[in-house]
Amino acid sequence: MKVVYTDVLVIGGGLAGLRAAVGVKRRGLDALILSLVPAKRSHSVAAQGGMQASLGNSAMGAGDNEDVHFEDTVRGSDWGADQRVVRMFVNTAPKAVRELAAWGVPWSRVARGDRESVVNAQKITITENDDAHGLITARDFGGTKKWRTCYTSHGTGHTMLYALGDQTIAHGIPVLERQEALALIHDGGRCHGAVVRDLITGELTAYLAKATTIATGGYGRIYKVSTNAIICEGTGIALALETGVAPLGNMEAVQFHPTAIITAGILTTEGCRGDGGVLRDIDGHRFMPDYEPEKKELASRDVVSRRMTEHMRKGKGVPSRYGDHLWLDITGLGRAHIEKNLREVKDICEYFLGIDPVTDWIPVRPTQHYSMGGIRTDHTGQSPTLKGLFACGEAACWDLHGFNRLGGNSVAETVVAGMLVAEYIADFCESEAGEVSVRSDLVRRFVERERNRLDELLGREEGENATELRERMETVMMDKVGIFRTGDELESAVAELRELLVRSRSIAVRTRAPGSNPELVTAYRVQKMLKIALCVAQGALLRTESRGAHFREDFPQRNDRDWLKRTLASWSDEGDDLPSIDYEDIDVKAMELPPGFRGYGARNHVDHPDTEGRVAEVERIVGEQEADDRFRRQEALMEYESLLPKKYQGRNERLTERLP
Amino acid sequence: MTGKQDAKTPVEEAGVRRLRISVLRYNPQDPTSRPHLQTFEVDEAPSMTLFVALNDIRDHQDPSLQFDFVCRAGICGSCAMLINGRPGLACRTLTSSLGERVTLAPLPFFELIGDLSVNTGKWMRGMSERLEAWIHESGDVDIARLEERMEPELAEQIYELERCIECGCCLAACGTARMREEFVGAVGLNKVARLRLDPRDRRSDAEYYDLIGDDNGVFGCMTLLGCQDVCPKDLDLQTQIAYMRRKMLRAALLPAS
Repeated sequence: MKVVYTDVLVIGGGLAGLRAAVGVKRRGLDALILSLVPAKRSHSVAAQGGMQASLGNSAMGAGDNEDVHFEDTVRGSDWGADQRVVRMFVNTAPKAVRELAAWGVPWSRVARGDRESVVNAQKITITENDDAHGLITARDFGGTKKWRTCYTSHGTGHTMLYALGDQTIAHGIPVLERQEALALIHDGGRCHGAVVRDLITGELTAYLAKATTIATGGYGRIYKVSTNAIICEGTGIALALETGVAPLGNMEAVQFHPTAIITAGILTTEGCRGDGGVLRDIDGHRFMPDYEPEKKELASRDVVSRRMTEHMRKGKGVPSRYGDHLWLDITGLGRAHIEKNLREVKDICEYFLGIDPVTDWIPVRPTQHYSMGGIRTDHTGQSPTLKGLFACGEAACWDLHGFNRLGGNSVAETVVAGMLVAEYIADFCESEAGEVSVRSDLVRRFVERERNRLDELLGREEGENATELRERMETVMMDKVGIFRTGDELESAVAELRELLVRSRSIAVRTRAPGSNPELVTAYRVQKMLKIALCVAQGALLRTESRGAHFREDFPQRNDRDWLKRTLASWSDEGDDLPSIDYEDIDVKAMELPPGFRGYGARNHVDHPDTEGRVAEVERIVGEQEADDRFRRQEALMEYESLLPKKYQGRNERLTERLP
Repeated sequence: MTGKQDAKTPVEEAGVRRLRISVLRYNPQDPTSRPHLQTFEVDEAPSMTLFVALNDIRDHQDPSLQFDFVCRAGICGSCAMLINGRPGLACRTLTSSLGERVTLAPLPFFELIGDLSVNTGKWMRGMSERLEAWIHESGDVDIARLEERMEPELAEQIYELERCIECGCCLAACGTARMREEFVGAVGLNKVARLRLDPRDRRSDAEYYDLIGDDNGVFGCMTLLGCQDVCPKDLDLQTQIAYMRRKMLRAALLPAS
């Protein structure tokens, strides 16, 4: 049995995992990163839009600060977020952007003077101040009051990932590529590491560590159509689920983006519609004004996605080999505008569709985009029930996004969580609880269990076909656990997924060649993915309300009275074919921003009994404070700063808020 | 209604062709495996890319076929391979841009994992370590304070060079790399050019010279331009290499300047 020891084992080499590893290394601990792919090929690279941080440098971001970012994020989450975590996040995001700037990210900068921009299809002139010249600029994103999204031209995720990838190398942290964790090694209360399969040689190794951190991203690929990279299969968070001890949070909260191109599922930016592009159906008819006479194509992401789906259900979609789609028509914008402002869209159309959007319509449809759910952790990133197991980034539910994530908050979360969680991990490793005390027979048992599972898959002469099961799962999730959900469909989805899970226990792998074996990989992954899919479907079935991205046609109201709570899914026994679902109350009395109207979407919710009291209390506290001291007011409403690691406490400097 | 209903899209336009895709197969982990071409037939679909075609083959014809895709959107650099003999990204190659017979082979120069899968990641990490290809700061920055300013145009210039996705196409098309295993390639030289342009990297030309001032570095390039011809990101590699060569020569001849 091959065994490797390290202080901190990080599973996942995207932004969150890399930043966490760099953080613990800087604290003097050894770190080791396992990754399915070379780190710089992780899905973080695909984040093109940007990273939210309230620097307030640009004219359109003037007056921005942590308070505004906090409110936007909480409203966006439909009050599902942990508000203390949101506060920790918004206070650290500016520091994270500045750290990345020092590490070489070529953030786009403010240029003094006038420039033209398009807002709501109107040309406007923006005038930047002299004193902001050369500082990091920001662009507009949905659901934000200020232009807050820092970016690098069209390649924000790429430049962030490369800067962090380079820092990882500079810090001498090994990234073991093409390594896949199959199971966590644990004793029911303490996590000790993982059993890991080498994807090239097929060899199994036990990695033992004081702390194990999962940073493996989302689970978009349980859906047939997703904007996610093909490695975002949720198998990383399944490691936690399969311990039976560490639950997953809010798995039913899944975000869809309205306009990804068909076939590849690659996004076309919201800017297409922002600048005046329209959506058309099979008849060439512009249908959005029929549903949303006021906002038309520019209603929020979830609303547009729902309307498009509704329209296709009426038979107005355009059939294709890859399923139905609608048309995005930007031909009205003209060649000059498209080639200058939407060049990326033009490239995608040329490379992946072989069309020219100046003259051709773009085939699009709503596509799975982001996973709000993940491994439930406390604000330190640690599982409350399995000590020594940490999670950060999209794989975690600590819980920053609640039931809906704002654009630009996801890449920001990856680095912020990496920074903060690294400190808590280091504290843990330095404490008595961090000592390694694992018995070698326990390690052997886990390695042998995994070897037996693989041998079983390889040993059957006849059995189920993994690809067939996977394709069926993807279709069920897309058709019945998608944008619109109803009790009947969810019930039938859960029933079919259960059946697929049972069938997946008798998969036969035909390829017996030694070493890399993609068929075997599909087989063991689909077993994990089906469990994740069941957590999503069962959570969605039981949640009889609509909140954020979770929309029940049979329960269209947000119901704070009965459902202001976080869903917890656990897989208690390996033989089970359904997760057990529990709930955790979200305390209205502790909220800085009590539940209310989001400011967009339907004004339609049932109040929590504590809401009225908390609203009055907040008003009283605010009234007692001096109006011009936002920091003291915030502290009086909800203290959070003591939760932050010492080195990241403290204010952020702005042009308008200089530090002494 | 606009008249755009008649707009031609590939979805309507393409007829169904039967593609014959020949893949160079070899599994170095399997002692019984021998390199050979295996041909698969696939019915072409509208907007089909090699990503779609290869997955179709693996899902429905041969589950043992090895290849690498991650983003399938042309941005992660995983899927470079020889497409009819020319290095390129498979994920953004439309089959409609190819003939009915297609030959696919793994990228040369890199360690073969199996079939179309090669270990570019391992090589890139080694290159980064050799060239110390990260920002060498002058000390810790106070991240609570305003960031250091940078001219907007300079940020754009740095981004232009930073667009490299380390796919390995430039090395697969490089004459020098055929002869010198240790050659850092256009990818390495471009990275040093990018760092040199960045005021946050405090190294001098003399220090860069120590890293690339030899035949495995900037003086190994024979100016065959293969790298520039195949770069999927259209980076102006040749200009960068020529510029770096001039700067490095200067650093060598006039060390005090």
